[in-house]
Amino acid sequence: MDKVLYLAMSGARENMLAQQTHANNLANANTTGFKADLAQARAMQVFGEGHASRVYAQTERPATDLTHGTLIETGRMLDVALAGDGWMAVVKPDGTEGYTRGGKLQINAANQLVTGSGLPVMGNGGIPVVLPPFDSIEIATNGTITIRPLGENAAELVVADQLKLVNPDPQTLFKGTDGLMTTGANAPVDFDPNVRVRSGYIESSNVNAVSELTGIITTSRQFEMQIKMMKTAEENSEAAAAILRMS
Amino acid sequence: MHGALNVAKTGMTAQDTNLKVISNNLANVATVGFKKDNLVFEDLMYQVRRQPGAQTGEGAELPSGLQIGLGVRTVGTQKLFSTGAIETTDEAFDVAISGRGFLQVNLPNGDVAYTRNGQLHLNADNELVTAEGYQLEPAITLPNEVVNFSIGTDGTVQVTIAGDTAATDIGQLQLADFVNPQGLQPMGQNLFQETAASGAPLISNPGENGTGQLIQGTLEGSNVNAVEELVDMITTQRAYEMNSKVISTADEMLSFVSQQL
Repeated sequence: MDKVLYLAMSGARENMLAQQTHANNLANANTTGFKADLAQARAMQVFGEGHASRVYAQTERPATDLTHGTLIETGRMLDVALAGDGWMAVVKPDGTEGYTRGGKLQINAANQLVTGSGLPVMGNGGIPVVLPPFDSIEIATNGTITIRPLGENAAELVVADQLKLVNPDPQTLFKGTDGLMTTGANAPVDFDPNVRVRSGYIESSNVNAVSELTGIITTSRQFEMQIKMMKTAEENSEAAAAILRMS
Repeated sequence: MHGALNVAKTGMTAQDTNLKVISNNLANVATVGFKKDNLVFEDLMYQVRRQPGAQTGEGAELPSGLQIGLGVRTVGTQKLFSTGAIETTDEAFDVAISGRGFLQVNLPNGDVAYTRNGQLHLNADNELVTAEGYQLEPAITLPNEVVNFSIGTDGTVQVTIAGDTAATDIGQLQLADFVNPQGLQPMGQNLFQETAASGAPLISNPGENGTGQLIQGTLEGSNVNAVEELVDMITTQRAYEMNSKVISTADEMLSFVSQQL
């Protein structure tokens, strides 16, 4: 029997993986600061003796789409969006830095500024931001956090800390398994004074629903063609068996 | 089976939860002292199917690997403690807090809860209670034959008794403030409970230590913006539809396999 069956099988399997990437993008169509993953297929030839016809498929995630989402106004002072390029540094559970653009910040029981999932936000000094009790808070465009301490009057403003904003080379950034961007290196990226934030806004997901749905339809049709190939391989070997059968 | 099915399922579940939160906000668009919720989404972890940089042969590396996301999850809700619109009611027992702070309420089980709803009432014992009948903390009992009842901006409660020209102080309302009000746990009935995340209450007289002043004869409306919620509802519905489309496509793919082979 022709081993074309295995070629079609590898194609169908890789199509299902690509489908899952598109599904993940669509599932995150409303996730703050989410960056869509791209999927591509690559030919993996395995040539042996005879006619060079064995080329298997392999799905890859070549990169993450880093285009910016639109800014949505929320009016909440602890919602922070990045205007233009740049990332906000957060501390991952293992102590290294991760970079995110999803800025629905909160304050936890230890007075730390944390992201929605509870990861501490890194301050410019290299230690996580801790805020004393405050009446009101302002986050400036360069990330400076100004607070009016609890019970003080408006003249007693205090600069509490500054968000660590970075802008590493996009080529070095990739998405880790926790969804945060990292550079892969252990050394943290330096602060970039040119990154701008907007307080009171969040950045929408950059998933383009139309292109993801189109991708899903394309992969689905491609998958059906692989199945057709399997069917054809079956018919071929049936025909061969029928000819060779002793009647 | 098809991995996309589970991924799309997380998407639909998340949008479903979001719709629940939005509908709760909209249902409370006219609730006095209600604070709206916001749902926070995050992407789930990623599965490394092929490690980028892995050796594929002598001197050859995989230029880009395959990491597949496993969907979305809801990490929590955020209460938005922005002040709602202050409405004038001219009712003596209505009081709004203009700024930070919560009125303290004694629950029947002895716990103290916190509320922004200043619709006060009198019970049979002439005590100031909330609409649910819970006593305020510190408790305030009115004498009989009260002609005039007033609450000062600093929380002083004064009454004028029939036949008396001068007002008498009968108590002092106090406000509780929290370092992190978003950490409070909502328990329904417009009440909140202290948690480890909110910190311990800081009790002070209204207007002191950063708390707001009390304004008698007004009420704080809900801080839900109906337009915002409706826009959120549209995006939620569309995201839900797209995720269900993924499920039906994945289903078609699988059914095609079982029909053809």
